[in-house]
Amino acid sequence: MSDAATARSWRATAARVLFSDYFVLWLCVVYVAVVAPFTPGFLTLENAGNLLATLLPLFVVALGQTLVLITGGIDLSVTSIIGLCSITGALAMNDDTGWLARSPMAMPVGAGVMLAAGALVGGFNGTAITRFRMPPFIVTLASMMGVSGAAVWLTQSKTINRLPDAFNALGGKTTIALVIALVVGISVHVMLSRSMFGRWLYAVGHNARTARVSGVPVNGVILGAYICSGVLAAVAAILYTGQAETGSPVLGQRILLDVIGATVIGGTSLFGGRGKVLWTLFGVLFLKLVDNSLNLLSLSLFTLTIVKGVVILLAALLDSLRTRLGPADR
Amino acid sequence: MTSAPAVEFQGIDKNFSGVPVLRAVTFSVAAGRTLGLVGENGAGKSTLMNILGGNLRSDHGRMVLAGQPYAPGHPTDASRRGVAFIHQDLNLFSNLTIAENIFLTSFPRLGGAPWIAQRRLHTRTTQLLHDVGLDLAPDTPVERLSTGECQLVEIARALSVDARLIILDEPTTSLSARETDALFALLRRLQAQGIALIYISHILEHVRQLCHDVVVLRDGAVVAQGTIATFSTAALISAMVGRSLTQLYPTRHGAATGEMALEVKAVSQPGIVRAIDFTVRRGEVVGMFGLMGAGRSELARILFGLEPHASGEISIAGQPLAHADARRRIEHGLAFVSDDRRHDGLCLHASIADNLALVSLRSHARGKFKLIDRTGWQRAISRIREAVRLTAKANDDQPVQTLSGGNQQKVALGKWLLMSPAVLILDEPTRGVDVGAKFDLYQLMLDLADRGSGLLVISSEIEELIGICDRILVMSQGEIRGNFRRTEFNRETLLTAALPRETQT
Repeated sequence: MSDAATARSWRATAARVLFSDYFVLWLCVVYVAVVAPFTPGFLTLENAGNLLATLLPLFVVALGQTLVLITGGIDLSVTSIIGLCSITGALAMNDDTGWLARSPMAMPVGAGVMLAAGALVGGFNGTAITRFRMPPFIVTLASMMGVSGAAVWLTQSKTINRLPDAFNALGGKTTIALVIALVVGISVHVMLSRSMFGRWLYAVGHNARTARVSGVPVNGVILGAYICSGVLAAVAAILYTGQAETGSPVLGQRILLDVIGATVIGGTSLFGGRGKVLWTLFGVLFLKLVDNSLNLLSLSLFTLTIVKGVVILLAALLDSLRTRLGPADR
Repeated sequence: MTSAPAVEFQGIDKNFSGVPVLRAVTFSVAAGRTLGLVGENGAGKSTLMNILGGNLRSDHGRMVLAGQPYAPGHPTDASRRGVAFIHQDLNLFSNLTIAENIFLTSFPRLGGAPWIAQRRLHTRTTQLLHDVGLDLAPDTPVERLSTGECQLVEIARALSVDARLIILDEPTTSLSARETDALFALLRRLQAQGIALIYISHILEHVRQLCHDVVVLRDGAVVAQGTIATFSTAALISAMVGRSLTQLYPTRHGAATGEMALEVKAVSQPGIVRAIDFTVRRGEVVGMFGLMGAGRSELARILFGLEPHASGEISIAGQPLAHADARRRIEHGLAFVSDDRRHDGLCLHASIADNLALVSLRSHARGKFKLIDRTGWQRAISRIREAVRLTAKANDDQPVQTLSGGNQQKVALGKWLLMSPAVLILDEPTRGVDVGAKFDLYQLMLDLADRGSGLLVISSEIEELIGICDRILVMSQGEIRGNFRRTEFNRETLLTAALPRETQT
């Protein structure tokens, strides 16, 4: 009798922890507590700065991915968008050949061009998915290949240097990058939780047929999600390009796993209908902590990839546990 | 008969959450004979057959199969004992071949090895196809087959496991006259081989043609049985429907006004509906009766803009809709409660609040960024919850999935309340809903009509339409076959109008 009661209360506690918005944050705390004693230089101000600098752009891209995953889709093209935006911005702004070279307006106009390029690719993805009913996986896989190919071709595989200082500061100065990421994060949070578009995103992800019967412009909502994902990838491109002070067609090429992995670790469902800004923030934080600590232990790249793979798999396991443990899923 | 009956039902009782659906059902089917099982929708035919097929278990009573006690715990038990089920919606995998479908769970193998004996598979399938009179190669993909051919493949599958008792549920609804004849010829051959058949159908003419015996179920009880020759069709119909109104329906206060709410003129879509003409006035409750497959749900989806129509005109409050999509029709004041609650009506995993607010979200959006006015939203949700009498136990954040069928349906209907629709189309609004919640739903519908909405209520239950409607349209085979005013309501007339006429070819 008391055994059963204990089991029930244990189960209730487990459920409460699993369903908490802060679950992944607690995981981060536990991880730091466990790993810090063995990892030299982990708990230093300098390392925290490094961590933050790499975390911010990843967070911004992952937010776009979150929106797309909520609709039940996936956007594999984000990394190629980062590369494309990086070189379009750099081609427009660089001091040697850019049409904005040395112009006082170089930074805002250049950033605008990058955002427009991101929106364009996102719009293409969304249109192909909604108008022609193609599966998101294939559409974004194809545009990933096409766009990254185009980016390399446009620059003949060269990187572009000598960008305006004002532009480089956007990503290079962590405080400015932090402000940008905060503004983006808060906007997306308000959009998801408070705006009509946000509620529509969840409805489409839960059940697109019901949403359509209820008068939700389903195609418009999906298109919107992909455009947002493209624009957010462009924002990330601004941060990454500024950090590197270089426009590169292969910038961000290797972060696709991190983007999707971090979003899913945070708790956003691959099946649609579930996802939050805070969840994604914690997911990115967790992935970056793992990344950073393993780097400090100077493990090889392979070990790092293996560990990340395991972590993502565990996150997927937790996701299915959450769905099984109780009706209170959202 | 010297041998034991193929199957005997002895006092079968079944309750679903306290509501009796089968009451002391007792009858038997002899080997080599065909028994027609008839009754209105909801009379308990499917439940009984699900018990026979091992999908459900009875609360009381027992079954005897060929002299042996029979209590299947699972559909595979049924098939092992020689009971085969041919469902109305065929259970074939369209991406696989005929042979693969037939032997899906029992592929002939090479010795004990996990390799399929291709040649044996081929010859056995050819033999079975020959037996059912289907001249097709065993490796034909099922997606290339017509419905009639699929039916024959299903029967071949039944024969492949040596079925001694085959249950057919409305096998002819989507068959042409010639295919029906071919099917009946095959079924007669099976009878001659000593196989017993249970044939479920609304088409009484077919029951007369094929069956030796008949059992009529009503409200879960056997109300008539005997050899088919002893019943006239009229006697069968009155046995099926001859019940007095015992259910309670709310009192109707309002009446139709002169204003037109919905006008449908000559709407046709080849193969689905033909020349549909009718009107619904503001404040009027119009019922639409018909049997399964009559085209009612398809018509509802056309009216709501979810499916196309080739010709004809639909207007709401005098405004023609042309080919507007669902969203534009909602803006014109059209609302729709689908019969497919799981797929079209609700986001099951989303919360009660999110579901209730989905349709009227736009009216709570403020400013350039369309931010939701939370207090207004919250107030609206509590108002709907009160109006639909949603169970007080449920919390606004609880997923709709966790509610009972009746409460889910209240949410599906409730989300339209805030827009005060000009026309509300409800498709099977009380299906799978318990009696108490049914009353609430009827009350809710009549209240809407009293406030000036025009209602089109589609249902397979004559009783409820008679109970709440001002007028009943009867649909059959894609056409409207009757328009009855309240004074003309009569169960027999309605059901007769709804029975499909045999098509000549």
